[in-house]
Amino acid sequence: MKDYFNVKGRIFDIQRYSIHDGVGIRTIVFFKGCALRCRWCCNPESQSHEIETMIVNGKKKVMGKDVTVQEVMETVRRDMPYYTRSDGGLTLSGGECLLQPEFAKALLKAAKDMGVNTAIESTGFAKYETIEQLLPYLDTYLMDIKHIDSVKHKAYTGVENQRILENAQKIAKSRQTELVIRVPVIPGFNDSEKEILDIATFADKLPGVRKIHLLPYHSFGRGKYEGLNREYAMGDVAHPEDEKMQKLKDVVEKNTALYCQIGG
Amino acid sequence: MITFDSTPVAKTDRIKRLVEHLYAKMPEIEAARAELITESYKMTEGQPVIMRKARAFEHILKYLPIIIRPEELIVGSTTIAPRGCQTYPEFSYDWLEAEFDTVEKRSADPFYISDDTKKRLLEANKYWKGKTTSELATSYMAPETLRAMEHNFFTPGNYFYNGVGHVTVQYDQVLKVGLKGIKEKAQKEMQVCNFGDADYSTKMRFLEAVVISCDAVINYAKRYSVLANEMAEKETNAARREELLTIAQVCANVPENPAETFQEACQSFWFIQQVLQIESSGHSISPGRFDQYMYPYYEKGLNEGSLTREYAQELIDCIWVKLNDLNKCRDAASAEGFAGYSLFQNLIVGGQTVDGRDATNDLSFMCIQASHHVFLPMPSLSIRVWNGSAKELLLAAAGLTRTGIGLPAYYNDEVIIPALVHRGVALEDARNYNIIGCVEPQAPGKTDGWHDAAFFNMCRPLEMVFSNGYDQGQIASIQTGDVESFQTFEEFFDAYKKQMEYNISLMVNADNAIDLAHAQLCPLPFESCLVDDCIKRGISAQEGGAVYNFTGPQGFGIANVADSLYTIKKLVYDERKISIGELKRALEMNFGQGLDMITAKEVALQVGRALDAAGEKVTEDVIATTIEKVLHLELPEAEKNRYQEILDMIEELPKFGNDIDEVDELAKEAAYTYTRPMENYMNPRGGMYQAGLYPVSANVPLGAQTGATPDGRLAHTPVADGVSPSSGKDVCGPTAACNSVAKLDHSIASNGTLFNMKMHPTAMAGEKGLESFVALIRGYFDQKGMHMQFNVVDRETLLDAQKHPEKYSGLVVRVAGYSALFTTLSKSLQDDIIRRTEQATNR
Repeated sequence: MKDYFNVKGRIFDIQRYSIHDGVGIRTIVFFKGCALRCRWCCNPESQSHEIETMIVNGKKKVMGKDVTVQEVMETVRRDMPYYTRSDGGLTLSGGECLLQPEFAKALLKAAKDMGVNTAIESTGFAKYETIEQLLPYLDTYLMDIKHIDSVKHKAYTGVENQRILENAQKIAKSRQTELVIRVPVIPGFNDSEKEILDIATFADKLPGVRKIHLLPYHSFGRGKYEGLNREYAMGDVAHPEDEKMQKLKDVVEKNTALYCQIGG
Repeated sequence: MITFDSTPVAKTDRIKRLVEHLYAKMPEIEAARAELITESYKMTEGQPVIMRKARAFEHILKYLPIIIRPEELIVGSTTIAPRGCQTYPEFSYDWLEAEFDTVEKRSADPFYISDDTKKRLLEANKYWKGKTTSELATSYMAPETLRAMEHNFFTPGNYFYNGVGHVTVQYDQVLKVGLKGIKEKAQKEMQVCNFGDADYSTKMRFLEAVVISCDAVINYAKRYSVLANEMAEKETNAARREELLTIAQVCANVPENPAETFQEACQSFWFIQQVLQIESSGHSISPGRFDQYMYPYYEKGLNEGSLTREYAQELIDCIWVKLNDLNKCRDAASAEGFAGYSLFQNLIVGGQTVDGRDATNDLSFMCIQASHHVFLPMPSLSIRVWNGSAKELLLAAAGLTRTGIGLPAYYNDEVIIPALVHRGVALEDARNYNIIGCVEPQAPGKTDGWHDAAFFNMCRPLEMVFSNGYDQGQIASIQTGDVESFQTFEEFFDAYKKQMEYNISLMVNADNAIDLAHAQLCPLPFESCLVDDCIKRGISAQEGGAVYNFTGPQGFGIANVADSLYTIKKLVYDERKISIGELKRALEMNFGQGLDMITAKEVALQVGRALDAAGEKVTEDVIATTIEKVLHLELPEAEKNRYQEILDMIEELPKFGNDIDEVDELAKEAAYTYTRPMENYMNPRGGMYQAGLYPVSANVPLGAQTGATPDGRLAHTPVADGVSPSSGKDVCGPTAACNSVAKLDHSIASNGTLFNMKMHPTAMAGEKGLESFVALIRGYFDQKGMHMQFNVVDRETLLDAQKHPEKYSGLVVRVAGYSALFTTLSKSLQDDIIRRTEQATNR
């Protein structure tokens, strides 16, 4: 057996038949633990690296378990025929996979050995050296850029954005992976045309970047906050209207060379 | 076909109005056919059966009232009332007389019947007493078989009470040479009959019957020609007058002669499809590869410039409407098993040509488009998928699935073709396969497949293992020993296999008896002349004239048996958490979840038996009081809690449908207990038995006759349908469910397997949704799955899913940027999705 099959990591879910986070039919491995604390986060159980209990539909459920790469790949491999027929594969999401880089790298490598497409959905908030070691095994990097203004970024996510923006540039320059920029469109935070366009203009200048996804805010994570006995910071903020999203998309496509998609 | 035009053609207003007209009223039962066949039979007493059948067919087609409905382009109706039905007393009639007063009010497939019709039917039916196929079949059955049927192990209801149908005839030959050509073929065969041949008399009579039947159909078409001319004369609207004149011309020419135009081909096809149903009451008379045999006429029309794609589409749409004009009244119990007025006329597009190339053409797309336009259950549209399928075709099919119509069903050439070849079908015939009825593959125009020959409930033999062959106080099956004496799982499983084998042999006994009755009383000369090799052999298909003969009864409840076996293996024998005796009592007591009358009676009879064995006198009074006691039985708290504990333990176990090898392996073995013994049997037509694994909708009514099962299924609730996981037990998403089901051996179930999956329209939204959906099917097929069909669920279902989440845990919905299992979402999110669905399904 390959030695990297024994590498361990902490995840909280594996979701099969996901069709919105990368090409084709995908299996998503949700890492536990994240460096950011985005107010709108729809997976609050992903934030802490600690194993915790969440109430789901009235029943206690343990969130988080330690698994080996081999255990994860046993599940991933089961959907091989569907990846083959759809050019799909494995997506690492979270949480943040960059916080468990050895585990992430081993998973991506194992997926590549299987011959399937790989993607990560990531904040990009880590040392570039950490990211760099994943790139040889990564087909698509779905990277969140939430705001160009670092002060505002820090206020809503807990961290400044310099490192994220720098990493975006370095990843793009490496030309080792397809970099796709994703923007969660959060009312009251970044949903003005100017704010979105600032991000798009930044993305447009990144060498080789062709795609930007605008992901409308939704409050579907609200119940999970209750289940974790945490307060939901977004209150009653409504999701952006379809027309509004369309308008933002139009603005992006008119002013940049990017292909803009609403939703994942 | 390398290139094809897949551009959709718009729907015309005519189609909308034809559909409205068809569905304006409740369907009605008419008496004309019953009266005409009776009249004819009275005139032909003493003649050979095949001649009597031919004369009756001739008589019916000569005098059956005819009608051309407003705006029809394709004509030919079996009843005056839209969607009406005729009756077929030669097969059975007493159930209808018994249901005269309820047939209009019943929940499944009600029919209106007038007092006048009732009177006329009662009169006609008198003649048939003692002369029906069902009476003759019953007389041929072993007493053990009748007992097994009484105890609901299986039901051969379909052919026991009705004609067989379940055939695809040589539509292509009728289009090519006309019935004139078929007649000539029969006449040529007559000329080579030698006076000294052993089969001279039977063969000559059969061929004579063929000629009479063909002429009967030709003349029936000419009656429509005359009617169309008469209507044209009176017609004031010039455009409609032209249409009627064309219809008159078309019906004068076909089906007697080869079809010259696409309209003639359509009309010729339709007459054949319609009169086959008049000849016998069989359902699942399946048009088959319509896109293949119609294509030459379409292509010719386009090339000559005499046909537009628009008119071709409208004609196809008209056929789709007509397929819904045919109807059939079944007995109340069968109506539950075949709910939805369905005649299962399966029409299939795509797949391969006989030489193994992709068969997709323009008409493949236009057939899918027709289902969009007409949006009715018929035809049961199917699509053949193979490694070289045109992706556009699969995406177009997926687009139809997305509407929620439940069509098309998807079939895997890569499993079906080798499975048929394994059954002795020639490779080119296998490549030309189509689907009969629900899911049954066969070689068109050459097969009498007796698909759908019986429903076999695989849970009942499991109950017999626990009761040692007793049911409702009587011996109902073989005795496989006291279940409490079984020391290992293998002993238990062996007992189950024995129970299966015994009851399968009884089902075969029933089917063969019915088969014989059909051959002797209801050979069908017209159907037979369009199935090779009947003319050459000089006998009807019912007597074994077809090239390929099969009998295909279907089993269902695999998921329940698999999960039950796993429970027993794990909890009883591996982990010893419960004893087999304890499980037995838990099942008898329905896990302490309350007993209904049927179960109470069962328990009371067992008490009676125990008393009897102990030498005490058991009277009916004793049984009655015991039932009363059992019904109001308050179980001791400790016992009740223990049953709940057992139920919880079962609930925690992995279930079939979640890609867990240990359970799926048992499911495969469970399926073999049905499919393997079947290979040992032959039918009276010289063909072999082949198993199917599908339930139509019988898993609900037959589940109601089944007690609690060790998978935690409560008494009298539905059993699992087809090869699908138990409802609500597949909780790991669609790919995991597909993988589990694919692990069964589908090739051996060559009479078809049925896999139902629920999807939400939003999970199929957009191009990505469709593409992924197609890849899901292909991934399942790559692992040797045979068939897939989809319920794309609507708002009502989602509301029900909220109320009963346990039943819907496999339901996938698209949420926002992702898809998720519906029941894992919060109430408010579910509400949101339900609200969204209203828009999504607003057509």
